[in-house]
Amino acid sequence: MIEKKELTCINCPMGCQLSVELEDGAVKSVTGNTCPRGDAYARTEVINPVRTVTSTCIVADGDKPRVSVKTAAPIPKGKIDAVMKDINAVRAEAPVKIGDVLVKDTAGTGVDVIATRNIEKIA
Amino acid sequence: MKNYDIVIVGGGPAGLAAAVAAKKAGNDSILILERDKELGGILNQCIHNGFGLHTFKEELTGPEYAWRFIQQVLDLGIEYKLNTMVMDIAPDRTVTAMNKEDGMFQIPAKAVILAMGCRERPRGALNTPGYRPAGIFSAGTAQRLVNIEGYMPGREVVILGSGDIGLIMARRMTLEGAKVKVVAEVMPYSGGLKRNIVQCLDDFGIPLKLSHTVIDIEGKEHIKAVTIAEVGPDRKPIPGTEERYTCDTLLLSVGLIPENELSQKAGVEMSRITNGPVVNESLETNIPGVFACGNVLHVHDLVDYVSEEATRAGANAAAFVADGCKEEKPAHPITLHATDGVRYTVPSTIDTDRMTDQLTVRFRVGAIYKNAFVSIYYGDERVRHVQKRIIAPGEMEQVILLKDDLLKHPDLSDITIKIEQE
Repeated sequence: MIEKKELTCINCPMGCQLSVELEDGAVKSVTGNTCPRGDAYARTEVINPVRTVTSTCIVADGDKPRVSVKTAAPIPKGKIDAVMKDINAVRAEAPVKIGDVLVKDTAGTGVDVIATRNIEKIA
Repeated sequence: MKNYDIVIVGGGPAGLAAAVAAKKAGNDSILILERDKELGGILNQCIHNGFGLHTFKEELTGPEYAWRFIQQVLDLGIEYKLNTMVMDIAPDRTVTAMNKEDGMFQIPAKAVILAMGCRERPRGALNTPGYRPAGIFSAGTAQRLVNIEGYMPGREVVILGSGDIGLIMARRMTLEGAKVKVVAEVMPYSGGLKRNIVQCLDDFGIPLKLSHTVIDIEGKEHIKAVTIAEVGPDRKPIPGTEERYTCDTLLLSVGLIPENELSQKAGVEMSRITNGPVVNESLETNIPGVFACGNVLHVHDLVDYVSEEATRAGANAAAFVADGCKEEKPAHPITLHATDGVRYTVPSTIDTDRMTDQLTVRFRVGAIYKNAFVSIYYGDERVRHVQKRIIAPGEMEQVILLKDDLLKHPDLSDITIKIEQE
């Protein structure tokens, strides 16, 4: 059975309109992309959609009350809520350096949550 | 106060990239003036990812992108002053500024780079009827509260306007446990990027109502509800289409306005379309030695383009100083015209003597065009005709002009960029 899915590429702000042809649940062809990332995105998006989650964590003794964080790699879309629970449970302590791991293996995804900015310690 | 060759007004993405470029072009006398308590500008509160794909070939969050440039500024030893407000820029390029440490001070700069960015259009500009209760925020204010200060503005949210910050905040508020009920957009299309509509609304089942606007705001002390109605092609509400949404928060994402009070006071010629300065190929305003880049020049969707543009402004400012601050105007500049759907171009004029081998001309269109052509005319002669699947007001377009090509047309005085259906 041939099925056609239309989606918008999210890899970059181009927002290419992609057409994916599926045959018996397997990707047969991707059209409409202007770079290889579009092709790869379409193939995972129809089978296993992933997202990078960004948020903030509470940080103690810092020059700011929150530190911005992200998942170091995209995680399955269905795990967003579980990842947010992990992020909201973090109580970091200043100083925090960009790239510091604040949650290891978040929500069993094998992906870490890392800091995306520096927070200085205030005396 | 020490003197500097180049004063950069603003330490956001445009100011940082301009400073780095001016330094790399050989100028060692640069000062960045920033009114906030840290460098990085609006990127610090844009904690979502998607920045830097063009510049660094990887997807960064706003703070990470800013840090890449802040690090370069620090490594290159470029001077900057924080918590510093520029009060005035004189036509002779004297910059007057003040802060707590130095008090009021003046710098007679050889070149000034305008990099003040933009601000959000406020509620007062919308003429929305109803009370003026608490709970109405611009999307960027809410973004700062949530991402920097750690406060949630509310729990039940309606968003007016589908600009990118509004879309980003729809997702952000949802992730933090709020219920975003609807995004209303008065235009028949969204002004936001496609990927933001997909990732911020579709992913969370948040409805986007195009051709809809807020026609009433209820609540005296705090907002209680809004009424949304469909609008016709005249953008007037259609009776009978009203829907009431209870909410404790209304976010406005209704456009950005370049922040040009300083430029105007200095006598910089402004474009009525972009609300930014009119610039030549060197991103120089009508005042010689005063350059502009980033959102103060025209509002961008992509910080990567801001950095690229600011890099050119920085290099050009350094060249202007190195060249002895010559103020002569070109004898025969080429004028760029935007017609037939193209709203404006940046730059507006080209001096072939000063242009680089390749010149990026950026523009926006006024409506959505499908399978239309972007055409370039040298005088009456059509020299380029490129079909595009989609051209939308929300996404900046660009064409690249080649110096060799322009030099082959020595009598050329006018270039027109337009949209053609065939």
